[in-house]
Amino acid sequence: MPILAVVGLLAAVPLITSSNVTLNFMVMALLIALVGQGWNLLGGFGGQYSFGHAAFFGTGAYVTAILQMRYGVNAWLGFVIGVAAGALFGAITGLLSFRSGLKGSYFALITLAFAEVLRIVASVTPITGAGVGTLVILDLRPEAFQFQSRAPFYWIILALVGVSLVLTRMIEHSRFGAYLVAVRENEDAARALGVDATMIKLGAMTVSAAMTAAGGCFYTQYFLFIDANIAYGPWISIEALLAPIIGGIGTVFGPLLGALLVKTLGELAKLVTGGAPGLDLVIYGGVLVAVVAFAPRGMAGIFVDLRRLLRKAQERGDG
Amino acid sequence: MWSPVILVPAILNGLMTGAVYALIALGLTLIYGVLHIINFAHGALLTAAMFAAFFAHQWLGIDPYLAAVGLTPLFFLLGYGLQRFVIGPAAHGEDRNILLVTLGLAVVTENALLYVFRADTRTINLPYAFDTIEIGTAFLAVPRVIAFAVVIAVALALWLIMRFTDTGKAIRAVAKEKFGAELCGIDVAHIYAVTFGLGTACLAIAACLLLPTYYVNPTAGNAFVLIAFTIVVLGGMGSVSGALAGGLFVGVVESLSGLYLGESLGQIGIFVMFILVLLFRPSGLFGERT
Repeated sequence: MPILAVVGLLAAVPLITSSNVTLNFMVMALLIALVGQGWNLLGGFGGQYSFGHAAFFGTGAYVTAILQMRYGVNAWLGFVIGVAAGALFGAITGLLSFRSGLKGSYFALITLAFAEVLRIVASVTPITGAGVGTLVILDLRPEAFQFQSRAPFYWIILALVGVSLVLTRMIEHSRFGAYLVAVRENEDAARALGVDATMIKLGAMTVSAAMTAAGGCFYTQYFLFIDANIAYGPWISIEALLAPIIGGIGTVFGPLLGALLVKTLGELAKLVTGGAPGLDLVIYGGVLVAVVAFAPRGMAGIFVDLRRLLRKAQERGDG
Repeated sequence: MWSPVILVPAILNGLMTGAVYALIALGLTLIYGVLHIINFAHGALLTAAMFAAFFAHQWLGIDPYLAAVGLTPLFFLLGYGLQRFVIGPAAHGEDRNILLVTLGLAVVTENALLYVFRADTRTINLPYAFDTIEIGTAFLAVPRVIAFAVVIAVALALWLIMRFTDTGKAIRAVAKEKFGAELCGIDVAHIYAVTFGLGTACLAIAACLLLPTYYVNPTAGNAFVLIAFTIVVLGGMGSVSGALAGGLFVGVVESLSGLYLGESLGQIGIFVMFILVLLFRPSGLFGERT
């Protein structure tokens, strides 16, 4: 129910403003919310911190772009295949990593390594356009997943975020979700109780990769351009984990909340410095450290604390 | 192609490059061995050290080798402070949090450097940068020979510190059994910070050894640290001798694959090796299976 309310509220944004700057900002924030929700499922609920979610984002983005440009596949079909490709890649890397028993620092390292290998490969192989990148030809028809104005893009990314929210909520309340949290809290204990931890983590990684890949596919359609540093660069890996951690790790609304906050901070930084490179990321990094240090449960945790304080104050008032 | 006239110099040069890799890996493995975390800020700190050495030469006219004398204690203090006052308190004793905090520090450092110095690539000119000495059929660049010698000396010094000083003994005690060490009256937070400081000090030395022949820009350190990760995993996490052997090995592999496969493929070779080692021998080639 709260999901419906939030999505409904956000859906009204293009009706209130037609400013391209505002809509563009919202689209980017929602994109990060989607990618971050992917990270959150594996990292927040499953406790497996990936430092290389760019691998899935970039795979989705490139598959969509290449299918359209080289094989003339319809953009919508390309989108679906892109998501599937991302999920498949997540399943393969997950199988390799979890079968080898990699966790904690090792898991963070290997995900980072996968993303970096892909980045280097994408910047030299011809099929990705090597260093030049891949352009998707302008074709402003809804059938081609391209639109005259930004509003349809906005509603599509919002719908995707909505689906990711519902999916996460369903997983949270399912047996699978409970197993996942059990694995996060104590993997050995979960195994001892008969939870197939490897399969659970693998499932989470596959769904997580699919969500993040959907973000990548959308990116390609929205900007009609992709290159190795955008697709597989560290920026997306960092924003993917930043949003849920700031918003509230392991909560359904954390990534959305965090993404809006992170993007607002980024815009403020640009406003102050006139778009000099680096400063927005300095702020992101600082906020990341500060949140881990002072508010380990993110904004969601702060809200919970506030509500508890209010209730206490009320009880005191009543009594 | 396979004649010793080409092969021997390639191997020797690989060993020289590998020595600097080994030093960077040494810092990483030292921190991992004691704190059991991977310091994701290692690369950014190396970049910071390279910038420090660069500007010591640019503004004060100090030779990089001389700068090492001042920068090493400075970076020891920096590392000590970071662990003691930032990473330690922020982590709340959770390994996952330490990962995030060091990642955050890396992002801040790297981008602060980018913001202040822009993405420009800088190099310094030293009169001896292109001097060579001849060993048999091989010509070796003087800065690389110096680097090799210094790394061996530093490794030896570290070994002596760990073996014979009280601090060294305390570090080894904490690495083995943190709780037991604490019960024996060892200040674990202090030892953690000292270890982190030592690891960071290694970076300052590595930066000063690199600068005469290498460039510096805000992401210069990352290339080395990805190699250092490979070396540390290859040599066994936390193993000092493993880091040394792994560093030299990777240096030679890189030099030979650069010779036979070309530059960009050589880079991928290291990553592929890294992933394979992680997947199949996570305890390292030289380490025992756990």
